[in-house]
Amino acid sequence: MGHLISAAVTVVLGVGLAAAYFYAANKILDIIWPPRGPAAQAARNQRVAASIRPWLFLGPALLFLGLYLVYPALDSLRLSFFGRNGEHFVGLSNYAWAVNDQQFRESIFNNIMWLIVVPALSTIFGLVIAYLTDRIWWGNIAKSMVFMPMAISFVGASVIWKFIYEYRGADQPQIGLVNAVMQLFGLPPEPWITIPLWNNFFLMVILVWIQTGFAMVILAAALRSVPEETIEAAVIDGAKGWHIFFHIMVPQIWGTIAVVWTTITITVLKVFDIVLTMTNGQWNTDVLANLMYDWMFRGGGDFGRGATIAVVIMLAVVPIMIWNIRRLNAEQAGR
Amino acid sequence: MARVRRRKGRWGQYFVHASVVLIVLIWTIPTIGILVTSFRHKDAIAVSGWWTALTTSQQNFIAHSADPSTQVQENGKYVIKGNVLTANESGVVAFGTKIMKPKEFKAGETAPLPDGGSLTINRDGSYQMVSDTSFAADSSRRLYYTASQPPTFTLVNYSHVLTAAGVGQSFINSLTVAVPATVIPILIAAYAAYALSWMRFPGRGLLLAVVVGLLVVPLQMSLIPLLKLYNNVGEFFGVPAKTYLGIWLAHTGFGLPLAIYLLRNYIGTLPNEIMESARVDGATDFEIFVRIVLPLSVPALASFAIFQFLWVWNDLLVAIVFLGQQDNQLVLTGRLRALLGSRGGDWEILTTSAFVSIVVPLIVFFSLQRYLVRGLLAGSVKGG
Repeated sequence: MGHLISAAVTVVLGVGLAAAYFYAANKILDIIWPPRGPAAQAARNQRVAASIRPWLFLGPALLFLGLYLVYPALDSLRLSFFGRNGEHFVGLSNYAWAVNDQQFRESIFNNIMWLIVVPALSTIFGLVIAYLTDRIWWGNIAKSMVFMPMAISFVGASVIWKFIYEYRGADQPQIGLVNAVMQLFGLPPEPWITIPLWNNFFLMVILVWIQTGFAMVILAAALRSVPEETIEAAVIDGAKGWHIFFHIMVPQIWGTIAVVWTTITITVLKVFDIVLTMTNGQWNTDVLANLMYDWMFRGGGDFGRGATIAVVIMLAVVPIMIWNIRRLNAEQAGR
Repeated sequence: MARVRRRKGRWGQYFVHASVVLIVLIWTIPTIGILVTSFRHKDAIAVSGWWTALTTSQQNFIAHSADPSTQVQENGKYVIKGNVLTANESGVVAFGTKIMKPKEFKAGETAPLPDGGSLTINRDGSYQMVSDTSFAADSSRRLYYTASQPPTFTLVNYSHVLTAAGVGQSFINSLTVAVPATVIPILIAAYAAYALSWMRFPGRGLLLAVVVGLLVVPLQMSLIPLLKLYNNVGEFFGVPAKTYLGIWLAHTGFGLPLAIYLLRNYIGTLPNEIMESARVDGATDFEIFVRIVLPLSVPALASFAIFQFLWVWNDLLVAIVFLGQQDNQLVLTGRLRALLGSRGGDWEILTTSAFVSIVVPLIVFFSLQRYLVRGLLAGSVKGG
């Protein structure tokens, strides 16, 4: 209970401090360069104040972004060229280690599988469900249900799915849904999450289950924005259901599909919780983010190798980052 | 011709309904599974799937016959009578006298006892042991029977995990982390978003590009340097490195790019005329922000707050790096992970703890879904 009180105090204090800062900073600016007095001086003061004020507004945000994102990113890059304590320069030897390390290779391989499967399935399912649910009166309720896993933590989802994959010996009653279905069809139960290669896919199912709702919500909005006339024209030309969907609607929302795809791709690159809680990388399921966490703390922590893995994840993100910034610039230019 | 097409349309419509029903089932059954399981008895969970929870189940039990001192003589035979059923069993289906064959006889049949005499157990649980000779004083025996049990549900798992398993404490810890980490970034981001959309200064475009770039920078890039920094700061000031203050600030930093981006998208679309007329009236940027922009931005602020709350509540990585593993700092996701390690097969503990950990996000989700969707649509550059 003591925590909750300190949390409440922090909320009040934090918001109060931020508000006080903005108020005081503005006041001080107006006192030093008052927008009053002789016309020429007032105008000059106003100009000076106007060039400073944006930075007062941005100040706290820049401080946080710098301290928690920009500086650490640069420092991680630096650390990837240093030894385990970050004190001795080791050149590229961390990268050389990574290329030759069995577990690192396995993680890269698994990550590539995740990157192919999860964004593709989530986007396709999301698109199809968005289309289908727009066609029925209870579509919004259905959407809500598919969207719901978005609210569940990866750890919670892992428990939920671990229960579904639960395995008991062949002579015992199966309490995991998948193995119960196997039994129903007279097939032997399997310990799903320990079967190498395939277990990766069983873990991917969890993320697809979570991300499909995200894809669906965005794509449903995009589908609804497809101009009615293009669909009517297709109907008049004799096109039907699925043909309209694939040849008229989907081509018009490629941009949104790409946004959804890349967004899920980034989530996949960072996937960590699911692997940690389901297998902790055992049975050949390791991925980069989990391997990085592992090296951060393994044997007191190897910061050099951990940072190297982080940089590798970052490298995979860079193309998407550039694409996003270009899109922003195009949008700004169009304004 | 027209009629044919309409019928085809109706079948198509049925097909759509059926597929969506199937999809909804696939997407909800996993969660329903743990919800149902969390209300079942530990013994029931171990022997039957949760989907049987609403059916009457059969289970094997062992009872002891009444003490031989209660035997009576009837028609020249010695008889011991009694009832094997306990409160929540509704009827005997089968019984046996040997542990290897607990279902050898149907209820109501008469079974020979290995050491002479016979045993009958009826459907209602009443039994009688009959023998020509007196039952020896130490001859109380085990009766094996199979009884059907009506579905029962219990709250015992919840009372257990909330207290003994430490989930209750973790719930409070999660709340402690999530509330300040949600509220603090909002004002900071709102000011920055206003500056980025309505104030002119050199480097604005570049700064915006940096924010959009930071949206996708993986958290992993920040962890090691910040861990080092926190350790150094802790050592320098002689304070613990893992504190709530530390994680509040970390979540504030990590959440800011999305906050600034979402709020800028919204604040940037506010009508120019309002700002202009306020300026003509002599209002400063500070006044415009506080009196006009902030009140108008409430929907966007709400969207971000929901995102940030869900993200912080559901986060595991930041919590296990920046908070300790001891009872007063372990958040729900961390607790759940620890339980998976220590109580791996105890599904009554795991499912119940999992449900406790997802109930708050689910309430937030279902009550504020509108804002969540709006936020997603406004800021679909970042996910998760």
